[in-house]
Amino acid sequence: MAESRTPLLDELEKGPWPSFITDMKKLAQRKPAVQDALGQLEMSYRDKKGHWKHGGIVGVRGYGGGVIGRYSDVGNVFPNVAEFHTMRVNQPSGWFYTTEKLRQLCDIWEAYGSGLTNFHGSTGDIILLGTVTQNLQPAFDALSEAGFDLGGSGSDLRTPSACVGPARCEWACIDTLELCHDVTNTFQDELHRPMWPYKFKIKVAGCPNDCAAAVARADLSVIGTWRDSIRIDQEAVREYADGGLDVGRAVVHKCPTGALSWDAEKKELGLKAEECNRCMHCINMMPRALRPGVERGATILIGGKATILQTAFLSWVIVPFMKLEPPYEEFKDLLRRIWEWWDENAKTRERVGELIYRKGMREFLKAVGLPPAPQMVFRPRANPYYFWWSEELEGNGHKEQG
Amino acid sequence: MSQTDIGPPYYKDMLPPVMKENYGRWKYHEIVRSGVLRHVAETGAEVYSVRVGSARLMTVDRVREICDLADKYCDGYLRFTSRHNVEFLVSDKSKVEPLLQELKERGWPVGGTGNSISNMIHTQGWIHCHTPATDGSGIVKAVMDDLYEYFVDMKLPAKLRIALACCLNMCGAVHCSDIAMVGIHRKPPVIDHDIVSKQCEIPTLIASCPTAAIRPNPKLKSVEVTEERCMYCGNCYTMCPGMKIADPENDGVAIFVGGKVSNARTAPMFSRLAIPYLPNNPPRWPEVTAAVRNLVEVWARNARKGERYGEWIERIGWERFFELAEIPFTDKHIDDFTFAIPTFRTAATFKW
Repeated sequence: MAESRTPLLDELEKGPWPSFITDMKKLAQRKPAVQDALGQLEMSYRDKKGHWKHGGIVGVRGYGGGVIGRYSDVGNVFPNVAEFHTMRVNQPSGWFYTTEKLRQLCDIWEAYGSGLTNFHGSTGDIILLGTVTQNLQPAFDALSEAGFDLGGSGSDLRTPSACVGPARCEWACIDTLELCHDVTNTFQDELHRPMWPYKFKIKVAGCPNDCAAAVARADLSVIGTWRDSIRIDQEAVREYADGGLDVGRAVVHKCPTGALSWDAEKKELGLKAEECNRCMHCINMMPRALRPGVERGATILIGGKATILQTAFLSWVIVPFMKLEPPYEEFKDLLRRIWEWWDENAKTRERVGELIYRKGMREFLKAVGLPPAPQMVFRPRANPYYFWWSEELEGNGHKEQG
Repeated sequence: MSQTDIGPPYYKDMLPPVMKENYGRWKYHEIVRSGVLRHVAETGAEVYSVRVGSARLMTVDRVREICDLADKYCDGYLRFTSRHNVEFLVSDKSKVEPLLQELKERGWPVGGTGNSISNMIHTQGWIHCHTPATDGSGIVKAVMDDLYEYFVDMKLPAKLRIALACCLNMCGAVHCSDIAMVGIHRKPPVIDHDIVSKQCEIPTLIASCPTAAIRPNPKLKSVEVTEERCMYCGNCYTMCPGMKIADPENDGVAIFVGGKVSNARTAPMFSRLAIPYLPNNPPRWPEVTAAVRNLVEVWARNARKGERYGEWIERIGWERFFELAEIPFTDKHIDDFTFAIPTFRTAATFKW
């Protein structure tokens, strides 16, 4: 038997988790690019470093983003990955597919690319990994013909994404999928033609469980919530208790605001609705018995980002409650005002959260026309160094002496 | 010429009929068994979701295999989760068991629901990124092989979210995960003056450094680095290929713990440093894999039922965490970057 050309990668064919190496090796039998991608990866495993060159600008007609150039620094050894560009394809809301649509994608990527993909990239797009420059336009044309469009890359609106929402989840307080689809379509220009200081991400979660990780991963985070009381089905509560759930310990005791109480004798759950802060814990524990209220909408937060450069931020509340119903004009207007202020004031590669930190939240709120509310802070400031707007003061300042 | 700006395919065309008919009218759900969810609508209709772990790096052949299964058991409908799992959406209850049987025969892991580890969010690594300090898919494969039992069973105190970013750019946004692996560098960039002078915009390059460690070198039409100020973020390399920061000998993996995004019980939290550095040892990163297992198990042994990783540590105190996890506390754990002050202790109430 011939000696393996990828002894290190072969080790990743062992173990119970699905192996991308086994998968790639099969495809490599008919795709020279995958054969060479494996060869280069083996080299990286040996050298303990990447072998892709820095940067490279490629694209398709009419677009500034959506394609990421990638060139090998060992293209002489692995000529079939000398050019190995990525195409970002905008996923359907909630990552729902018919097999018919997925097969179309596979056929296109079989014809024009390496056949390697990511389902999905970190921002949510379908990632098609590895093609040559001359295939980019034909691949795009075929994608467009099949009803697929590119996602965002560079300093533009990145592909918005959303949790599973009302398609399957009983906790969805807003239509995450429709909002995501509507916003994506409304802002196609912002998505496809980079013209901003830096990237801008939008993620939509239907409830405070935040399965879209919106608070951590989006510059603009939408988190569904409700304003009235949790709905309780006492009969179903009793069924949970009879079924062995320790309602007192596992549910009531863990209520962070002490809004819940438990009558162990009657097996009845008490709720002081005005004390509830809508954290979802009790609902998560007893989905058959407890449901969000009926006056539903979303909390809008801003500024979330990972560490590069100054630090990581979780998004901050800027609108405690917005109704969020089609055609979502209030939401879109807010987005436009935020983008205008950010575009006007930011330095190159300054995320909106960093700009707000640099300029101050009060500047931001005033510029985009949002009223301050106690829901925006965990606690008020502890220092006396605050500014006044001139219109808040009497007269023209200090009188001249003499 | 093909059409541009058509937007993504319409999600409603991708929903199984039961979801279209009961859109927004789901009443409750239950976890039938690990990896299988049953959602019930107000109409009484129900749908089963079978959650399957996958490598996010997939070939078209693998995607077609998934399609074959979805055609056979789900009338051609499926979805992916935000954590790269595949979900087979089964409308016909009688097809759940046969699907599970076939998945088992094909070696596909079913799990990731409830008090388990879900699939790992991760980034490209050496397969396709130009700035990685470590690999992505390979470490994930090694870690998920090792923690397989916690994916297929729901025996943990609460859910556990593990993530990996192959450099400090953190494209995977791992900064709010229960356990986060991050590829790091440990030495300042080596400057290729020829590249810097020919290909890079010097003022932008200088401005890219968060600690002002980069200053101009007019003689060479290049830059210099004040090495003691550099904290190896690699942002200068992102701006300019002449600032070579990758270093096979010193690059490696740091591990952060205790982050979450959910609002349940406690506010969302950042992950915080547990292990400053572990070496890159492909192909299976034994040091990283062992460290993650230790971190999972020390929490699993000690946390109360329903307590997320960060909630557990905040309850017992970080000093107790380092003791229980048998991880040395070093000067690296004390923040000296921006926003460090609020992390310093201002109370005399601690544990020994």
